[in-house]
Amino acid sequence: MEPGSPLALAARGVTKSFGGRRALGGVDFEVGSGEVVALIGPNGAGKTTLLSILAGIAAPDEGSVDADGVAWVPQQAALYRRLSVRENLMLFARLQAAAGQTDERPESMVERMLELTGLRERAGDRVGTLSGGNQQRVNIAVGLMAGPSVLLLDEPSVGLDPAQRERLWRFILGLVGEGTAVAFSTHDIQEAERYAERIVVVAEGEGVFDGTADELRREVEARGESAGDLETSFLAFLRERGH
Amino acid sequence: MRWLLVKDLQILRRSPLQLALLVIYPIAIALLVGFAMTRDQEQTTVALYNAMPAGESLGFGGEEVDGGEIRDQLCGRVECIDADGVEDAKRMVDSGEATAAVILPEDTGDRIRSLASLDPDPPVIQVVVNGSDTVENQVTDDRIDAMLSEANLLLAKRLSEAANQYLDLILEGGRFDLLGQDIEVLGLQKSERILNRLESKLPPGADRQELERAARFARLATENLDLAGPLLTAITQPIKADKVVVGDEAPSLDTFAIGVTTAFALMFVTVLLVAGSLALEKEENAFTRLSSGLVTRTQILVAKIGLGSVVGSGVALILLVGLGLFVGIEWGRAPYWLLGILFGAAAFSAAGSALGAAAREVRAATLAAVMICLPVALLSLVPDDAVGPAVETAIDVVSAVFPFRPALDAITAGLELSGSSTWLPLVHLAALVAVYGALARIALRRF
Repeated sequence: MEPGSPLALAARGVTKSFGGRRALGGVDFEVGSGEVVALIGPNGAGKTTLLSILAGIAAPDEGSVDADGVAWVPQQAALYRRLSVRENLMLFARLQAAAGQTDERPESMVERMLELTGLRERAGDRVGTLSGGNQQRVNIAVGLMAGPSVLLLDEPSVGLDPAQRERLWRFILGLVGEGTAVAFSTHDIQEAERYAERIVVVAEGEGVFDGTADELRREVEARGESAGDLETSFLAFLRERGH
Repeated sequence: MRWLLVKDLQILRRSPLQLALLVIYPIAIALLVGFAMTRDQEQTTVALYNAMPAGESLGFGGEEVDGGEIRDQLCGRVECIDADGVEDAKRMVDSGEATAAVILPEDTGDRIRSLASLDPDPPVIQVVVNGSDTVENQVTDDRIDAMLSEANLLLAKRLSEAANQYLDLILEGGRFDLLGQDIEVLGLQKSERILNRLESKLPPGADRQELERAARFARLATENLDLAGPLLTAITQPIKADKVVVGDEAPSLDTFAIGVTTAFALMFVTVLLVAGSLALEKEENAFTRLSSGLVTRTQILVAKIGLGSVVGSGVALILLVGLGLFVGIEWGRAPYWLLGILFGAAAFSAAGSALGAAAREVRAATLAAVMICLPVALLSLVPDDAVGPAVETAIDVVSAVFPFRPALDAITAGLELSGSSTWLPLVHLAALVAVYGALARIALRRF
């Protein structure tokens, strides 16, 4: 995050437990306007839990989240496969309007999202017939309808081929260019390095690193290990910390 | 919430198989049940072979029993088809052309006539049934018993009438034919008058006393034989039933059949639809998105109950209109039975929501719906008297906590009954909507 750039989202000391198991133990997290942050970590590290708390879907046991206008896009498309692209967009536009999340007319929101996703020609197609990448675009479009300042994406490119992933990121980066902050979780370290300006490593419910990919490499090298590519550095970093 | 309902209806419309089932299912059920209800017992086919000589008189004691009359009595409750012989009758039963065969032996006429003689030899008719079907055997037995009862009643009445004619002859005197000879019978009343006249002409003494005894006997016999006529008439049907209904008013059998058919269709369509639809929200990951600020979980639940109520009521209405083509449905009472259907659909929807919320996946929800609905509904139809007190109590409890029985009561009451029978099931169903709605809402917390 550039020094002095306004914060789009800030979380402080977020903790969450499920039964006796601690999922998050005092995590700090922030995203600046127009910034892209990747959330990486082993399975079960608490990435999805953190995103769902940031999105307001789950409540933290302790800590605070300060954000205005957050949209959450789940890992799997949260869409009705038997409805068309337009019908899905129209449903969520109407619900958002009814919930007072936007003053824009649903019809206008739908047209804007069809334009944004580039799916106007397939507006009448059932979502179930779209490719995974296109479904994810509609999925993200639903999250973007109310014009959020922060977009939270849970593993957005899972199951997509490289070409679909490329198209999806072109779409997301277009939103970033308009000032939307993006935080996404991923297991694909290359994807994190390629698209994120900053990387946050979460392990066993703790935020153990927050910086750029180069800073992660340098930290590994500073401890006398060969950094190699980011994935090698990431694994060395976790190993050194006992994860 | 309105948009959630519109969305569910759009999804329903997009599933041609589901939509076709929702339309075809009630129509097919209405046709099947309608035909079954109008078929009745007249359609039970019985092969009849009459081996009695053609044109034979079946008269006895001056009473004529027409052969055609006996046939009419036998065939009054079934459809008779004539067989050419005993073997032909058996073939008809064996091939399924007839449910049973009734064979009137050649000596049937002689035996009927002997009933009015001093040496009665009752006629024996032969009944042939196909023994391969347990249920049909029972039904056929009942039909044949009913046929024989009708014929026996006719003969008993005619025998009684013949006996009454003999009694009148003995009492009042007259002429009758015996083996071609015309015989005059004096009769007890005339005998008494003659004896009384002769007695008054005799001087007191032993002869007069004997005559007086004979006259007294004739008077007593006349008086007592007067009672024999009504007695003979009475024994043709010694017991008559005077039915008095106590307790709750019960619907007619036709109304009950319509109610059961409608309640079953309503139950299956509504519970399966709502349970599956709610579980689908989870499977399509839409529930979390919907409930993260767009709508509340309670609103999602209410929309699902609304969906089930609208679709279930529509299906039940199609079914009733279809049944109305076959059996009499009082359309003037539509507001009453529509209320029953609507409340029933809402209660089934609430139960379906609870199932769907607990199961959380479509297949599990569907399986649970079938496994719970079917046995509970069938259990609700078990008559109280068919089981012991403990089991009866258990069945009553199960019937009360599942919407099938109150829905059935509400629909049948709406079709036919009045008073508290109409609104009590509605109150019961409203309570079940609240209970199952609350259970579904609790289950949605961890959905």
